[in-house]
Amino acid sequence: MMDKNRKMKIRRFFLGKNGIIGKIVLYGLLMTIGFVYLFPLIKMFTTSIMDLSDLVNPVVEWIPTKLYLENYRTGLIVLKYGQTLLFSLAVTLVPALLQTAVTSLTGYALAKFRVRGRRIVFGLILLTYLLPQQVYMIPKFVLFDQLGILKTAWSIIFPATFGQGLSSAIFILIFYQFFRIQPLALDESAEIDGANPYQIFLRIGVPLAAPAYLSSFLFSFVWYWNETYISSLFLGTDLYTLQLKLFNFQSQFNLATGISQTVTNEAIRYAATILIILPVLVVYAVMQKWFVEGIDKTGVTGE
Amino acid sequence: MPEMRAPKKPMKREKRMNLVGWSMLLPWTIGFLVFTFYPILTSFRYSLSDVDLDGAGILVTFVGLANYRAAFSSAAGFAFLQSVLDFALEVLFKVPIITVFAIIIAVLLNQKIKLRGFFRAIYFLPVIIASGPVITQLANQGAATIPLVEQMGILDFINATFTPALARPIAGVFDELIVILWFSGVQILLFIASLQKIDRSVYEAAMIDGAGPWESFWKITMPALQSMVRVSVIFTIINLATFSENPAIQHIKNNMFALETGFGFSSAIAWIYFVALALILGIVVGLLSAFARKKART
Repeated sequence: MMDKNRKMKIRRFFLGKNGIIGKIVLYGLLMTIGFVYLFPLIKMFTTSIMDLSDLVNPVVEWIPTKLYLENYRTGLIVLKYGQTLLFSLAVTLVPALLQTAVTSLTGYALAKFRVRGRRIVFGLILLTYLLPQQVYMIPKFVLFDQLGILKTAWSIIFPATFGQGLSSAIFILIFYQFFRIQPLALDESAEIDGANPYQIFLRIGVPLAAPAYLSSFLFSFVWYWNETYISSLFLGTDLYTLQLKLFNFQSQFNLATGISQTVTNEAIRYAATILIILPVLVVYAVMQKWFVEGIDKTGVTGE
Repeated sequence: MPEMRAPKKPMKREKRMNLVGWSMLLPWTIGFLVFTFYPILTSFRYSLSDVDLDGAGILVTFVGLANYRAAFSSAAGFAFLQSVLDFALEVLFKVPIITVFAIIIAVLLNQKIKLRGFFRAIYFLPVIIASGPVITQLANQGAATIPLVEQMGILDFINATFTPALARPIAGVFDELIVILWFSGVQILLFIASLQKIDRSVYEAAMIDGAGPWESFWKITMPALQSMVRVSVIFTIINLATFSENPAIQHIKNNMFALETGFGFSSAIAWIYFVALALILGIVVGLLSAFARKKART
């Protein structure tokens, strides 16, 4: 009897629902896939600190023989990092903030008031999500040219200010979902106390939706940071963001160094790439929770 | 509420609230009209016109369907159509890979594991950094592929087995396998969210009835994920369609300033692209729905 019991125990230890073999397989899979997933980043980082002799040395695959930071120095110079970073932030932070504010107001209006034509507004918002920007960017280009805001940061900031920025539709829906599930009792008691609807929005709606605001702002920030298609069209070739400088890295390199026809080595390119993802990496490292849980908490995933 | 009927506020509450609501919708409405609606109409007009830019202003001459005809008969048009076809093939290969991968990771992360937040953070990381130029750099330097793919001669095998038209996109998939997986960050979170809505007791009941984990997965997990699969697939397709390095949308932009084409032609191919995208979305969503109905019947 004892023996059988113990056998069962051992069996369960290895093969049961939470058995050790299951655990090993699970963690093994997660770590292997995670490694493959991060492979490009790891490779990029290790290569970026290699000097020329390490790069051509077939023995050195992963670990450089020494820490070589010259690539980063070149990257900083070619990208004109400080100056470009400031401009990138101007066309990233500002539209992200404005877009978050306006889309939240729009979502609030749709969630709390039975405005006439609500269905039509929803339909149009969905349309702005499904219709690619590419379809109507040319008249926008002409319009901005006529308004004289082409090749200025305003061409990115204005649409965001009016809820037509990058993925605005998604943010409106996020806020709509969030405000819809807010309890009405608070609004009602504030109304009895004499608050008008705008005060109720600012004093009750906004503070209660703080998590949605934070998550939306972070996503908006990151998406604007990574956007290059529209910004390269509207900002032109004089005002480069960091991403656009990376895209034209070779010509930027030639321009900055005065050397023509040199093909930059991959270590320099990787160093530049890391410099460009660095700001968002830092934000992600600090605010990781708000990105990942934001999707959950804001109720986008609900029906 | 008696104060409602007081003469001070003659307007009915419903009417007042409608006005308040619209006042809050005002910024969006202005923006929609100026930055979206008007450009959409104008873009359609451009697509039927010859658009000339000179120093003073813009000259729009109606030319009927000439731009659309050019899209199907000129060299620039063929290049664009080829890229749309490539995009359709890309959807065919990449969407299933991304979706299946996202489901697998979501199921793994939904187990009771330690360091769950850590793993979740890793799998979401690419969403934060995957811009067009960054992905291009990685792909150009060959960091986007698993070294094993080349060592095992998978590419040679593909080129030898399939016709060139098919071999190109398939080889492309292996060449950029990792960055393809990088496009699944948001989808993983979507699937985790819907997995968490499944009641644990359903699994327990199934286990008591003798169902193994394999059966539980197909009979409980997958049906629960079905509606999210649709959401995720639509998201993936739109994400791929508007990714800045997508050749099709590159053509739209490049033709804007090309000598022999211009704004009119670019607008026309942009609309063609939209129709193609709508068709792809329609077919995929239709197939998914049909599949769901068929399963519901059996």
